[in-house]
Amino acid sequence: MGMTGVLRPGHMQLKVLDLDEAVEFYSNVVGLVQTGRDAHRAYFKGWDERDHHSVILRDAGEAGMDFYGFKVASKADLDRLEKDLNNYGVTTERIPAGDLLETGERVRFEIPSGHQIELYAEKKDVGNGMGYTNPPPWSEAAERGIAPIRMDHALLYGPDIEKVQALFCDVLGFYLVEHIVLPDGETDLAIWLSCSTKAHDVAFVRNEEPGKLHHTAFLLESWEKVLRAADLMSMNKVSIDMGPTRHGVTRGTTIYAFDNSGNRFETFCGGYQSYPDWKPITWTWEEVGPAVFYHDRKLNEAFLSVYT
Amino acid sequence: MTTAYTVTVLPEGTAFASAADRSVLHGMEQSCGRGIQVGCRSGGCGVCRITVLSGTYTTKRMSKAFVTEDDLRAGVVLSCRTYPTSDLTVQCAPKPAATAPLASAETPRPD
Ligand code: FES
Ligand SMILES: [Fe+2]
Repeated sequence: MGMTGVLRPGHMQLKVLDLDEAVEFYSNVVGLVQTGRDAHRAYFKGWDERDHHSVILRDAGEAGMDFYGFKVASKADLDRLEKDLNNYGVTTERIPAGDLLETGERVRFEIPSGHQIELYAEKKDVGNGMGYTNPPPWSEAAERGIAPIRMDHALLYGPDIEKVQALFCDVLGFYLVEHIVLPDGETDLAIWLSCSTKAHDVAFVRNEEPGKLHHTAFLLESWEKVLRAADLMSMNKVSIDMGPTRHGVTRGTTIYAFDNSGNRFETFCGGYQSYPDWKPITWTWEEVGPAVFYHDRKLNEAFLSVYT
Repeated sequence: MTTAYTVTVLPEGTAFASAADRSVLHGMEQSCGRGIQVGCRSGGCGVCRITVLSGTYTTKRMSKAFVTEDDLRAGVVLSCRTYPTSDLTVQCAPKPAATAPLASAETPRPD
């Protein structure tokens, strides 16, 4: 089997200003499927995701991200990776099964950029609603709202991203796919890391303030669906940051927009398939504009200064 | 036509007309006004924070990370969640900028 260890981003807990308003936004505008609720949280998944949830909204009176979790292939992988993290000098904490609905034990740790990262091996398979025998290609949920296929990746802002890169690559089995270099020609402004054949599973931008969220991304099937998402955003008066456009980095097509708590999200399509033996792609500072927004060819003011 | 109020942004003194049913930030964007940074437009990111020096207004939900009870009493609000009920004079009070690695680097522009 090609894929062992860390499989994919599996969940993100987002802080929201008001839970009921956020639930309404993620259900009807983003078009995620609600799968559960506990005291202060609501649980969602994309229509084609099979595990119980990927997006968790927490009533917090502010915006931002509580933690980002990756699913690993087995409980043995979870134990092994926790040991590897500890040997690398990272302190971990075990969060008991059931703390998140339908989710097994989680291993949580803080990375040098100040983000809380989790690994877990078990989450209930609730299916995508189309069954495991002779399934149809899509369901009604695939057309409600923007209706992303799945939560896809995240871009996180914080300091010490070279230490983050070392930890993700040396301990967790990720590899560097692309990076943007600052004017000194050495220091990275941004790194895109993959644990799969996706062009990125997580990315980081260097930022003085630790632990910040730039965006969480949702996968769409086609450029046409990205344009449909843009229409739905305007029909629902959603605050759009940028797009529809293309990223130079990963070649993905994209819209950046904000949820009704101010958290940026991305509706993303495409990007190439990557492999761990491939050489990373470098973007120089002179070309940072097209690297991020391929058609505008410059960063907008919000790219580096607006995050939660 | 809904009532519009004049919002003046100090220190530059730039002014724009803002409809009463729109947030101050939305009003600024709609009338191609300037002076306040536009971010999430949803009360969560803090870049549009202002101090209202004179005038009356109402507010909607704002991130408690950027507007405390004390701030509210001092007229510090997020302009994307603030609705004028009279002419306003405001001053930008954004959260402190913190993008150190770029402070020395000019962002390149396209040709
Ligand atoms: S623009 Fe983000 S809080 Fe107002
Ligand atoms: Fe992205």
